[in-house]
Amino acid sequence: MADYFLGIDLGSTTSKAIIINDRDEVVGKGITNTRANYEVAAEIAKVQALYNARFHLLKQALAAEIAADPAFARYAADLDAAFQFVQFESRLERLRRELAETALKVETRVPATELVKHVQEIADGILATGRRRYMEEDLGGKGQFFRDIVGEAYAKAVEERPKELFEPLMLLFDKSITPVENEMMAPDFSELVHQAQAMLERYHAEKAAPDEAAALRRAAGAFTAAIDRVAAEELNIARMVGTGYGRALLPFPEDCIRSEILCHAFGAHAVFPKTRTVLDIGGQDTKAIQVDSHGLVTSFHMNDRCAAGCGRYLGYIADELNISLNELGPMAMKAEKEVTICSTCTVFAGAELRELLNVGERREDILAGLHKAIVMRALSLLARSGGVKNEFTFTGGVARNDAVLHYVSDMVRRNYGQDLTINVHTDSIFMGALGGAMFARRNIKADLPAAAKGAKAGAEENEGMA
Amino acid sequence: MTPLEEIISTCRQLAFDLNFSRAKAWKAQDPQRVLVGFTPIYFPREVVHAAKGLAVGILGAGDRKPIIKGDAYYQSYICHMPRGIVELALDGNLDGFDGFVFPSICDVMRNLSGMFQLMGKGRFAKYMDFPQNFRAEIGGAFYKAEMEDVLRRIEAINGVQVTADALDRSIALYDRNRAMLAAIYDIRQDHPWRLAYEDLYCIMRAGLVMPVEEHNAMLEQVLEAIGRERGVPEDRIKVVVAGAFCEQPPLGLIKTIEAAGCYVVDDDFLLGSRWIEGAVGGGNGDPLAAIADAYLTRSVQSSVVYDVGNPKEKRLLDLARRRGADGLVFAAPSFCDPALLDQPLYFHQCEKEGVRYVQFQYNENTGQFKVIKEQVGAFADSIKLWEGEAATA
Amino acid sequence: MAKPTAPVEKERSMIMQKEMVEGLFKELATAREKGRKVVYTFVPGNLSELIRAFDMLPVYPEINALQSGMRKKSAAFIRDAEKWGHSEDVCTYVKCDIGMMLNGNVGPTGQKLPEPDLLLLSYTGCFTFMKWFENLERLYPNAEIAMLHTPYQEGGRITDEMRQYMVKQLREEVIPKFEKVSGKKFDEARLAGILANSKRTDDLITEIFAQSRQRPSPIDAYFAGVYYIGPINIGFRGTPEAVTYYEELLKEIKQRAAEGRGPVTPEGEIKEEKYRLVVEGPPNWTSFREFWKLFHDQGAVIVASSYTKVGGVYDLGFRHDPARPLETLAEYCMNCYTNMNLPQRIDLLGKCITEYQADGFLINSIKSCNSFSAGQLMIMRDLEDKLEIPVGFIESDLVDPRYFSYSNIKNRLDSFFQMLAQRKVLATA
Repeated sequence: MADYFLGIDLGSTTSKAIIINDRDEVVGKGITNTRANYEVAAEIAKVQALYNARFHLLKQALAAEIAADPAFARYAADLDAAFQFVQFESRLERLRRELAETALKVETRVPATELVKHVQEIADGILATGRRRYMEEDLGGKGQFFRDIVGEAYAKAVEERPKELFEPLMLLFDKSITPVENEMMAPDFSELVHQAQAMLERYHAEKAAPDEAAALRRAAGAFTAAIDRVAAEELNIARMVGTGYGRALLPFPEDCIRSEILCHAFGAHAVFPKTRTVLDIGGQDTKAIQVDSHGLVTSFHMNDRCAAGCGRYLGYIADELNISLNELGPMAMKAEKEVTICSTCTVFAGAELRELLNVGERREDILAGLHKAIVMRALSLLARSGGVKNEFTFTGGVARNDAVLHYVSDMVRRNYGQDLTINVHTDSIFMGALGGAMFARRNIKADLPAAAKGAKAGAEENEGMA
Repeated sequence: MTPLEEIISTCRQLAFDLNFSRAKAWKAQDPQRVLVGFTPIYFPREVVHAAKGLAVGILGAGDRKPIIKGDAYYQSYICHMPRGIVELALDGNLDGFDGFVFPSICDVMRNLSGMFQLMGKGRFAKYMDFPQNFRAEIGGAFYKAEMEDVLRRIEAINGVQVTADALDRSIALYDRNRAMLAAIYDIRQDHPWRLAYEDLYCIMRAGLVMPVEEHNAMLEQVLEAIGRERGVPEDRIKVVVAGAFCEQPPLGLIKTIEAAGCYVVDDDFLLGSRWIEGAVGGGNGDPLAAIADAYLTRSVQSSVVYDVGNPKEKRLLDLARRRGADGLVFAAPSFCDPALLDQPLYFHQCEKEGVRYVQFQYNENTGQFKVIKEQVGAFADSIKLWEGEAATA
Repeated sequence: MAKPTAPVEKERSMIMQKEMVEGLFKELATAREKGRKVVYTFVPGNLSELIRAFDMLPVYPEINALQSGMRKKSAAFIRDAEKWGHSEDVCTYVKCDIGMMLNGNVGPTGQKLPEPDLLLLSYTGCFTFMKWFENLERLYPNAEIAMLHTPYQEGGRITDEMRQYMVKQLREEVIPKFEKVSGKKFDEARLAGILANSKRTDDLITEIFAQSRQRPSPIDAYFAGVYYIGPINIGFRGTPEAVTYYEELLKEIKQRAAEGRGPVTPEGEIKEEKYRLVVEGPPNWTSFREFWKLFHDQGAVIVASSYTKVGGVYDLGFRHDPARPLETLAEYCMNCYTNMNLPQRIDLLGKCITEYQADGFLINSIKSCNSFSAGQLMIMRDLEDKLEIPVGFIESDLVDPRYFSYSNIKNRLDSFFQMLAQRKVLATA
């Protein structure tokens, strides 16, 4: 039986989990939005990573067929999408129930029965659109979370309805989403995957051309056999390490908790072994870290008390402009010039933003300036930690923002050398969790007084998880 | 362009030239010449002048340069100006300067002198301790020793031994400079529309980065021009601005104050240029003693000079009355201990004497003036309204 | 100085100190009735000996402020000072002190403090002291005022001009004011006698802080260190009681060292010394005990700190010299830690790191105190580069609880300690 190692990074905005095997290879990853209930967020990320690991094993088992036969490849991809969709569906159904129940409880000017009717229609609509988007647009791969997807679709549906329904319907949503989101829903892998297969069968019958359908059915048969084997396999999590902003709140023993500084550095160094400087911009913290050739931290700097210049600031700006966080970067990239922004203070940014819009600056140009201002703060932190030496790796959720990436690359090169290697991984957001998993595999003792006691408790915890 | 407009345009460019090109060009003409940078507020530039040097005011980077390296050395709760100065130093803008003097005004600037020493900038980086004892034989003697130390350090660079005559000549030039600035302020007290404060600010600030002889020639022309009527009087209130003696707000903010319905008739923006009230004099064979005496007995009111027996709130309100100001504008940089710790004393005195005031904080790179404009505008309107009512009552 | 709460172990020196402090506050409470004159002055550059020589009693506004912080009263005092017109941006010691005054000037022991007869502004190593006194003058319009301007060691040394400037101020400004207020003539021989005791305490305190060179260190030179410097800094330097106190303290510490025991903390003795640290910057007072516990829990011992040198630096050889009373007072003032320039501070910290064999260097950067804080990041970089010592940086404030974020500090300290642990593993590998 193979041993696996789990790293969980509980950030202020997202919670990430990574599972590696005993060769430091990533076999599973999971991510979800951090929510009021940290434990649920960590658990969901972990469950996602476990599902993902089984998918990984599944694809490994059928690797030859997938490579050789396009029908197998398509089936694998569709199964993945369907798997995401059925999870979405079950949580949506849960939300539908919550909405209907809440509608009977809240007092509004609209009769409850009418609200329930609208809620049902809206849920039907979201489900239909969701199915299409998961299956045709790879919504599952876009890094959006249930809350975002549903929230956006719900708001849109409400907009299309009569004005007097706006407030009661939005109230219903606000009251319902949190309990639904904070509920742990982790059905068994084989149960879910069978649901996905059943759904896929219907879907292919409906959408696939006749000759294609036959090939897909053949693939489905092969998958079913492999799924049963993979689902039965025990994924033994031998050790785990938690990290991140909310790590102290994780239900882990103390010696299984590691500073995110160390984890980000270790993770980034594992992926890019020549890394000597790591910049991580997360939701709440920005960190500039120097590492040695082993990936161990030699010095680090974090932003001071305020979250100015971190991911949270971007979230604040997105809210201020009433657009989604994911749109910020692309919009900033369309700038024709950069408006000078002085304040990266979240308190003043809103006022400055509005003033600039008032005087007629373009949103794109303001956003470019804002992104630049954030990056300047990060660059100061880098300078504070001793500058950029050798290879530079940029990690954290904010590294996925194109505009931030553009300015970081530009300014780092300008200040520390044009030939500098700058690494950014598509999974940059997972570096902390990866580092955690790698620490777990190495079982490097966290030098804490509680170490001896904690190790035992950790072992028990692990048994419960497997 | 009229000669005045030309001067304003030149000064506007020189005042914010972060490369100090004029000063560097002046130095390049003679290998013996030295440039000594100094930070706010006051520094006896005469001393450097007499040693074939030019004392150049360094006032941060304002809103004209993005700050990255400078930020790396300062916590968020420290004012902004030293970040700009460190950025300038690290970016090479201050290369070519022979030395730096940091007058004693606060702990941040004091420690900046040590940072310059650590960075190895210039041949010397001297924190200049100004006496807080105002007796000639005690504080005066110490201050003379401080000035002699500056002279020794310059001599070590260019070998110039300063004579009493040379010092007297330099004193006369700077006395002339101060006298002309005072005359401009006096004219503006009654005719503030003749020269926008924003323009005066640029003219004064340019004087910190060019030879005094050139600046004096400019000031003569300015005086000439504003000695006659020009511009159109507007219905604005007269204000005295206090608290902005070190970190300078962006020009846009200075402009905003007047645009919001005020005439600035006195201020402490570039207080060092007008530090000595009246003339230093000299000609008595001991020019350094004359400079010391002027400092001990004729310094303007300021947050950084111990005010025992000479309360600052009284002096500030006297100044406001003398200038016929309708109100006071307290504009201080964020995290400026000297300016901000004085404010309650001022506020209480204003309240006691029924003097109207408004206050706000800024940074050298403040980008938004709208709130300040509204605040100052409302302040100006309320005074105009109140005055109107009082007049009709 | 009073403890936040009684530590587990009470040693004789602790009881002695408690009695000394209580005695002083009792004397202050009855000063008016007994006709004793009161001087308000500051810790850095405090002229305890001169105050004693005129039989006057000292009050230290910073000590009151830090006590208010420890007793959780500072938040309300600061709020009142801000209502009175002070900005959120400025020094919280000043605001806490002014707030205390606005609330009746009740001192740490619950007794009302007497108003000052003399405000002695020993303006040493902190520009804000001057602003503080300008505020105090207006609150106490009847007090006499004496200013003693201590020149900064900008060139890294004390020049004759600096010394003369100070001696002249002492002779011609400060002493005449003391004579006027106390009604007594200055007695130089008496001052010299007091200074002889100071020299003895200087030697003792130096030896006490040298004990942390041992492994394990028997003392914590920061959290416990602030108690050790109490008597010399709040007016007892130069008294026979202080000599006795420090003799006892040294004896106790030597005893601990001989037994191989670690420092005493409010959470108990540190059993295993895991990390030896040098700390720069004052502590936070509002969460002093939680702050200390963060170190205790990790087995981190502070073997040297710059904060314990604010009231005088003795490591570099300075001792009060009874043979030159005024010169020695002048030199004492100029040698206080925050009156040293940045290169001197780096040298001193570097010496501590090397001689006390520290594993790490940590800065607690204080929002209120620019004298300490401005330039600290450069100090840190310089030491990191020169000595290849792991460095850590946290931020808090003296007495404003709004600026102490436990989770933020814990997060950074955890990372710092884990980094040190990693480096130790690597070093032994």
